[in-house]
Amino acid sequence: MSAIAKHGPWALVGALGAAALAIVATSRGESINALWVVVAAICVYLISYRYYSLFIADKVMRLEPGRATPAHRLNDGLDYVPTNKTVLFGHHFAAIAGAGPLVGPVLAAQMGYLPGMLWILAGVVIAGAVQDFMILFISMRRDGRSLGELIRAELGVIPGVIALFGTFMIMIILLAVLAMVVVKALAESPWGTFTVAATIPIALLMGLYARFVRPGKVGEVSIIGFILLMAAIVYGGQIAADPYWGPAFTFTGTQLTWMLIGYGFVAAILPVWLLLAPRDYLSTFLKIGTIVGLAIGIVFVAPQMQMPAVTKFVDGTGPVWAGSLFPFLFITIACGAVSGFHSLISSGTTPKLVDNEVDTRFIGYGGMLMESFVAIMALVAASVIDPGVYFTMNSPGALLGTTPESAAAAVTKLGFPIAPEVIAETAKDVGETSIIARTGGAPTLAVGMAHIISSAIGGKAMMAFWYHFAILFEALFILTAVDAGTRAGRFMLQDLLGLVSPRFKDTTAWVPSVLATAVCVGAWGFFLYQGVTDPLGGIYTLWPLFGISNQMLAAVALTLATVVIFKMKRERYAFVTIIPTVWLCICTLTAGWQKIFSPDPKIGFLSHADRFSAAIAEGKVLAPAKSMDDMHKIVFNDRIDAGLAVLFVGLVVAIAVFGIMACVKAYRADRWTALEADPKLAPAE
Amino acid sequence: MMGMAASQGYRERLKALGKCVCDGARLMVGQGDYGAYVAHIAKTHPDQAPMTEREFFRNRENARFGVGNGSGFRCC
Repeated sequence: MSAIAKHGPWALVGALGAAALAIVATSRGESINALWVVVAAICVYLISYRYYSLFIADKVMRLEPGRATPAHRLNDGLDYVPTNKTVLFGHHFAAIAGAGPLVGPVLAAQMGYLPGMLWILAGVVIAGAVQDFMILFISMRRDGRSLGELIRAELGVIPGVIALFGTFMIMIILLAVLAMVVVKALAESPWGTFTVAATIPIALLMGLYARFVRPGKVGEVSIIGFILLMAAIVYGGQIAADPYWGPAFTFTGTQLTWMLIGYGFVAAILPVWLLLAPRDYLSTFLKIGTIVGLAIGIVFVAPQMQMPAVTKFVDGTGPVWAGSLFPFLFITIACGAVSGFHSLISSGTTPKLVDNEVDTRFIGYGGMLMESFVAIMALVAASVIDPGVYFTMNSPGALLGTTPESAAAAVTKLGFPIAPEVIAETAKDVGETSIIARTGGAPTLAVGMAHIISSAIGGKAMMAFWYHFAILFEALFILTAVDAGTRAGRFMLQDLLGLVSPRFKDTTAWVPSVLATAVCVGAWGFFLYQGVTDPLGGIYTLWPLFGISNQMLAAVALTLATVVIFKMKRERYAFVTIIPTVWLCICTLTAGWQKIFSPDPKIGFLSHADRFSAAIAEGKVLAPAKSMDDMHKIVFNDRIDAGLAVLFVGLVVAIAVFGIMACVKAYRADRWTALEADPKLAPAE
Repeated sequence: MMGMAASQGYRERLKALGKCVCDGARLMVGQGDYGAYVAHIAKTHPDQAPMTEREFFRNRENARFGVGNGSGFRCC
């Protein structure tokens, strides 16, 4: 085939993408259509998939189509099964896509859509998709081992334990942040609380049905559950309006926190078939369906972007989260650009199901591109609503006050003029009493989605339905993640404690299980409580910590990938993983350093603590604290958070040092030293 | 005749697509292909009776949320 026929169509895709990017990047003042953002993103994905992922597959990995994968060699019909690549792509995508790519871009929109969009696109091509693809490849060549085991084998026992401990801590922060997103979305919202609470009896019913009535009929039971769920959303409107039930389902953030902690503990101990598995069906199918629906909605409605391309908050003075564009944008958007958590999925069930080595390119690299597209859609959803509404929803209550008038005045002062009537009207449209300071990203995304979908289906009358549908969809899979995460965290903890006392390793014994579960729930519950009661609104404090921890896990995973490339004696291609590793280390270490030591109390935990403890010494109460108790709480929380940041920084430095040592050793060796499983050991039948 | 063959191919492809979607949806929630499992047991362990569909369902459910290594953990 001639070069023109081979590359010509791709050159056209490239030209289209470049044109779309140029339109997005050069428009100033006038609003552009969201479709340009979507077109630019898709072109970038296509080009990077066609060329860069192929380069990685051919040069770095040298995938062998004829080499037996673990699914063939170890085929047991259960965990190891050769699986159709499209089916496996769906499985992998459903496992990696969650709340992260939806929330991060919404928060990042405070700097305008352009910085976030560019980072999502550049990050996924160079870092995120590379990480997922590399870890999938490495795990597949080693019988589908987990990230912890891979690090232990390739880097050593100590880095393995460090990574396991780090993963556990990251998981705790992740669960706390996710749970906080739910709490923030449901606080003072009887409609939302009712629909989410209704998922529990619905799931129990489904669980019993799938266990005893019609075992294994996943589709059937999911349809029943879905119908009940929709009924709950419709009925929720009446519940919220009811003079008795409305207040009965209205809870403060603190009350919801305690409920969630209690729920998390019980749910993690109940048998999986009763609550967790059936809700998993609902959340998975709803998630995929909504993502597809949102994509169709954006293309069909073609909304205009209302948010400016770049706002003045790139200097770090924004109300949603503190810190300047570098490094904080790059940790605010984690999932969608690069997410360390995917390395756990890529070394989980997926590598055991790969039919042919070459499929990993589509599944690993392609799957991450797809998640990145979800992040782009979230960014679009946050940018098509009135920026005044965006800042009304995402600024802390301490800044906004509680009435539409005070909020409108505060947001107008920020430079985004909005009338109090618009705030009140928007709240009424979505069926809520107030939209002021509904931080956490989920409500904003829900307003954006309701805005887009109701333009296509149902108009304004349906807006409240779509808003609560979006809230439910997010809450549902976050709660599933909280359940499953608490369980996974419990096993990890038992593994870690088992290093000290072997008695803890037994995951079936009652006492260690309950104990480990309680520690897990207590740990994320602590950060959740701290975040919810934080007068600044916990997202402001905790989201950066989550971003730092998630990106650090990515740096750890990419370090492993770099070491493996060196061990395969392909170091001349190691830049593929070294560039993103170095970039992530720079971002996370700078951000971690600033979170600890920055003299600006808005950013640095320690200077914030100092400012408040100085005030305590003088007997003064500083806003946003309302009492001396609040003051002590703020100082205590700050020190804990600073300690955590120190821990994360130490972790990534340690892994980087071990990684460099392993690379040097591999470079000096005169032969291949990577530890791949022998493809001929257990040949395919 | 040709029209019939074409429509048959079309129907077959539609059936294959349907199976792909169903398999995909089931695997998303951790339920693998029972048929493939039975075929595998029949081929490699003809002396063993495979699990029933119900047992297979429960086995997969436990595996998804079961033991360690973050299995069953969905991402952020």
